Amino acid sequence: MPDDVMLEVADLHAFYGESHVLHGVSLTVPKGEVVTLLGRNGAGKTTTLRSIMGIVPRRDGSIRMEGTETVGLAPHRIPRLGIGFVPEERGIFSSLDVEENLMLPPVVRPGGMAVEDIFRLFPNLKERRRSQGTKLSGGEQQMLAIARILRTGATLLLLDEPTEGLAPVIVQQIGRVIRELKAKGFTILLVEQNFRFAATLADRHYVMEDGRIVDMIPNEQLEANMERLHEYLGV
Amino acid sequence: MFEFLGVPPQALFGQLLLGLINGSFYALLSLGLAVIFGMLNVINFAHGALYMVGAFTAWLMLQYLGIGYWPALILAPLVVGLFGIILEKTMLSRLYKLDHLYGLLLTFGLALILEGMFRHWYGASGQPYRIPDALQGGRNLGFMFLPNYRGWVVVASLVVCLGTWYAIERTRLGAYLRAATENPVLVQAFGINVPRMITLTYGFGVALAGFAGVLAAPIYQVNPLMGSNLIIVVFAVVVIGGMGSIMGAIVTGFALGLLEGLTKVFYPEASNIVVFVVMAVVLLIKPAGLFGRER
Ligand SMILES: Nc1ncnc2c1ncn2[C@@H]1O[C@H](COP(=O)(O)OP(=O)(O)OP(=O)(O)O)[C@@H](O)[C@H]1O
Ligand SMILES: [Mg+2]
Repeated sequence: MPDDVMLEVADLHAFYGESHVLHGVSLTVPKGEVVTLLGRNGAGKTTTLRSIMGIVPRRDGSIRMEGTETVGLAPHRIPRLGIGFVPEERGIFSSLDVEENLMLPPVVRPGGMAVEDIFRLFPNLKERRRSQGTKLSGGEQQMLAIARILRTGATLLLLDEPTEGLAPVIVQQIGRVIRELKAKGFTILLVEQNFRFAATLADRHYVMEDGRIVDMIPNEQLEANMERLHEYLGV
Repeated sequence: MFEFLGVPPQALFGQLLLGLINGSFYALLSLGLAVIFGMLNVINFAHGALYMVGAFTAWLMLQYLGIGYWPALILAPLVVGLFGIILEKTMLSRLYKLDHLYGLLLTFGLALILEGMFRHWYGASGQPYRIPDALQGGRNLGFMFLPNYRGWVVVASLVVCLGTWYAIERTRLGAYLRAATENPVLVQAFGINVPRMITLTYGFGVALAGFAGVLAAPIYQVNPLMGSNLIIVVFAVVVIGGMGSIMGAIVTGFALGLLEGLTKVFYPEASNIVVFVVMAVVLLIKPAGLFGRER
């Protein structure tokens, strides 16, 4: 595998009990890129991210993080390879205050962002350090969910619909943050339904349908493929 | 000499002290149950039996190894905790995927086995355990006589309970525990070994029961059934306080001990059932318990 590949997923199958949800997903995330995973509701985007984190009941195939095979690793070992996860439901803990939420994920590698730098990126969080995590607004919770994995030294960030249900100003703010993270050298796999938002950030787009990758469109060819994309996403 | 509602103060304070002692055990035991339930979602029916094992471990250590009270106060909980860790690793951990009822049945069965074994070996009569020399005697507080050992039990229980509360609610390790109680899968996805945390939590919870057992040995004698007599009340305490609430378990434990003491003074006939009456009322008014959160 070439050195410039961060994550390589090949022929990934995932199952929830009897139901077979992913049918041979393959995708590549090069280092330093922002790659999106687009697709309609139920296409299997979240399941793909959860499979990468090793938190689905069963998965087969191959998932390599910087060359290390992770299928078969215990779930708590996978983030230690340098993967940070922001779940779709954000996963802010109500029994922890904002600062405890921020400090929860253990440092997995040296080189994570300093807390002061994180607060510079998300000034609201600093003011609300002592609030209960779930007392934050939806936007602030999303910021917190992103902020807490920046400390850990993870170099690959998996973001599951970070803009879902948020007001346009907040969406813009999250867009700025993602751009800044990319500039800092983070690699990002971004699940999105809002491809207009994705188009302003990403280097390439994978399209999912019924648990399969059906297309890959480099961002510079997005305009030319607009019609096809509309069809995939049913917009 | 003044009287309070027709009760001489010695009798009142004497019963309150007894209540406080019982409350010390309720608090320690319900705290362990609450910690275990929060993390494992298992109602640990073996808790009373492990409290008994703690007391027996101290007694056996003294009898056969000459290890006295103070070292036993540390060693017996360690033995019980280690035993719990083995139980969790080899048996309980296989049941998490099934209905909670299986964890309850398993621990109930374990309790019966443990009690049966100790009854078989040591009979049903109690074995006396001497109060350590440093805590012999007592002191006159003016309004009542306080046996030193009983004072010690209350202080030791308070210190351990509040220390546990602090460790869970105010430290980084505790933050992991709270987070894993809420969403174990996500905590795992941050790189924390949750199965190991669960094992250690169970070990710690039952070590608290073992500690309570050693504290109890000089007061109640060491008896194979000492746990099953106590644990029924402790379950009621947990229901009243609310499953899974740490401070709730501690406060409710002490409060109900005191309430029992007061009832003994003013209406002795009801003293054995007052806890269950409170439980019924709480269940009617606030089913999640006084400190519990609705799930
Ligand atoms: N816990 C589960 N148990 C059983 N089936 C599930 C579970 N989670 C998801 N599924 C099914 O797997 C399929 C893929 O779901 P997934 O959540 O990955 O889709 P998604 O692309 O993230 O959708 P959305 O855009 O709505 O978030 C769906 O058919 C869904 O019903
Ligand atoms: Mg999803």
